[in-house]
Amino acid sequence: MSKPVIATTSLAGCFGCHMSFLDIDERILDLIELVEFNKSPIDDIKSFTKDCDIGLIEGGCCNTENIHILKEFRKKCKILVSFGECAIMGGLPAMRNDIPVKECLAEAYLSGPSTVNEEGILPNDEELPIILDKVYPCHEIVKMDYHLPGCPPRADLIWEVLHALILDVDIDLPYELIKYD
Amino acid sequence: MTTQEIHGILDKYKHDKTRLMDILYDIQHKTNYIPMDKVDIIADELNMSSADVEQTISFYHFYSTKPRGKYSICLNNSVVANMKGREFVAQAFKDELGCEFGEVKDDIGLFETSCIGMSDQEPAALINGKVFTNLTTYRVRELIRDMRLGMKVDDMFANTFGDSMNSSPLIKSCVRNSLKRTGPILGQEYIPGKTLKKQVALMSPQDVINELKKSHLRGRGGAGFPTGIKWEFARKAKGEKKYVFCNADEGEPGTFKDRVILTEKPGMVFEGMVIAAYAIGASEGILYLRYEYRYLRKYLVDVLDKMRKNNSLGKNPGGIKDFEFDIRIQLGAGAYVCGEESALIESAEGKRGEPRNRPPFPVEKGYLGFPTVVNNVETLIAAVRIIQNGGEWYQKLGTKESTGTKILSVSGDCLFPGIYELEWGFTVRTLLEMVGARNTQAVQVGGPSGALIGPEQFDRNVCYSDLATGGSMIVIDNRRDLLKDVVLNFMEFFIEESCGSCVPCRNIPTLLKQKLEKILEGKATNKDFDDINNWAKMMPINRCGLGHTAANPIITSLKNFRHLYRERLKKDIEFESGFCLDDAIRESCEFVDRIPNI
Repeated sequence: MSKPVIATTSLAGCFGCHMSFLDIDERILDLIELVEFNKSPIDDIKSFTKDCDIGLIEGGCCNTENIHILKEFRKKCKILVSFGECAIMGGLPAMRNDIPVKECLAEAYLSGPSTVNEEGILPNDEELPIILDKVYPCHEIVKMDYHLPGCPPRADLIWEVLHALILDVDIDLPYELIKYD
Repeated sequence: MTTQEIHGILDKYKHDKTRLMDILYDIQHKTNYIPMDKVDIIADELNMSSADVEQTISFYHFYSTKPRGKYSICLNNSVVANMKGREFVAQAFKDELGCEFGEVKDDIGLFETSCIGMSDQEPAALINGKVFTNLTTYRVRELIRDMRLGMKVDDMFANTFGDSMNSSPLIKSCVRNSLKRTGPILGQEYIPGKTLKKQVALMSPQDVINELKKSHLRGRGGAGFPTGIKWEFARKAKGEKKYVFCNADEGEPGTFKDRVILTEKPGMVFEGMVIAAYAIGASEGILYLRYEYRYLRKYLVDVLDKMRKNNSLGKNPGGIKDFEFDIRIQLGAGAYVCGEESALIESAEGKRGEPRNRPPFPVEKGYLGFPTVVNNVETLIAAVRIIQNGGEWYQKLGTKESTGTKILSVSGDCLFPGIYELEWGFTVRTLLEMVGARNTQAVQVGGPSGALIGPEQFDRNVCYSDLATGGSMIVIDNRRDLLKDVVLNFMEFFIEESCGSCVPCRNIPTLLKQKLEKILEGKATNKDFDDINNWAKMMPINRCGLGHTAANPIITSLKNFRHLYRERLKKDIEFESGFCLDDAIRESCEFVDRIPNI
């Protein structure tokens, strides 16, 4: 039987969740025995080359590219996991959600105290992703199957979850894994 | 407003920071807003931080740090107002003024406000604190014309005033009391001071409490705690001083009975407070009057003055030795949550009206830390009747567990909205017949925090053990879209009125409202139903009654009107996000001048 396939991505996140993933340390060697990685920053595969079993999503959706990638993940992966605070609730990037996006853009490109933009150029090249009116958590865009809380989720928690999903066993979630201070 | 004027107001309240509500009220009243640059002066003089003053200001709807205009119009946006054509009145205000709600134009401010206790005469609005009821588009044009001419609000009334005492020189209001049916509490003749002087004066405090206990009277605000036991706790509690509060902050949409009681029988309410004070050993009393009823203040102050002259208040009320008791009126400033007794006490101390953690209960540590009894307006007048006629007499009224009568505020789709006093234990069907309701689709029993019930439940009994109510009964006939016209409005109400202290109360009503909107758009799936049910389970961990019940509009309608939800459900689909990419990018594309290429 072929190994389960994992894909991961970071949308509007800081890569902190992926760093936490790497914090499973030497267990990554065990993981490689158990699974195969497809599209992911970990192996630097840029596009899906096959259907996957598990997709880990870091970060919420702040622009059209995030939406596109998330929908692609939904199509390609059997199980999708929101992985960390930003994917689950929008996180820090969502702090702009109370401010109209026009004001955010004006502050960033025109009126901010450190902004030098005498010609008032705004980012509107059609190659660029379009910024959304607010930052959306992943489950408001596609169906998410699981949510892994934490900022970032602890390496042990990530390990436990992957372990349980891969081997199809019950998950052990002691208090220490899901407490945050 | 000059700094000198601010000092004048501070002097009036002896620089007492617990009177911050009154200080802010006076400033707001004088200048129509509270200038931010004066906040520091108030804070310095009261020896508190500016942030503390600011947080009290920002908590209440009727305080503002921005000018609200020489005339400030607050149009009620409750469910019943909408049923009675608020939409057209609101549009007329906007058209005449040329501005939107939340804006000030030509020194006239236009704002929305939650239920102002006029559900039997909607649409209604407050203009500079005066109540204008039964508004029509014609009346709106008249009012705006008068404001533009600079007329005084008092002179803007048409020639007719409301019924009963509403036309008295101290009230002069167009409000109508609409007493449709009175019973032993409201109907019997009331002779001011007689119960106190002829009966209470001959009783010991414990006798009074025993009589109350015998009557099995329970609190009429909604929670239904036995009044006699509450008084006994307060009597036994140790404290240098004790307080009696009358809770006249009825904010539950659809209820207005306290407004009518305070207009019809104010002396009886105050006499009830005196009796409570004698029973528990209190020396000071406070009537916490909701801002929306401030048009009654002069009238109530006059009643208190007369009571002092008649020896019913002040030194030795009713000629009782070693007993001294006086009452002052504390105005609220617009906050539903202040109807909760500990929030009400916080507010009366000049703070944000956030409910306290319990224990300790107010009977142990209440106002300023002293033992405090908080009773509803209706409870207090019932207490007077109980002393007058005896606990046994009262106990025979109503049912075994719910003794006595209930004063109901009936509004909505019926021929005769108004006040009805009935013995507990009547069925909803009886009431509907009484008020002239036809083609009734649903009744909201006990306001938004109560339950929405349908015809199959109209034979249930209204009493504490079956269908409890604080008094609000909103009749809804089959012309209405229950989910859109009623449930959605109630959810908006709870979102607006949450004090924000407990996380579930602050967040879940908003999330549930988003779900409801998704349902109304026809985009909801079974998953959304499950989410609603699961999330609503978190509400009981909130601190106060508002928080416990803030999801009730959705929970009870989902239970009793499931078919209305079901028929809007997207079937055969597991997940539907409701997300619209075109909408989400419109604003930013506009700003950077870009044609969407998705």
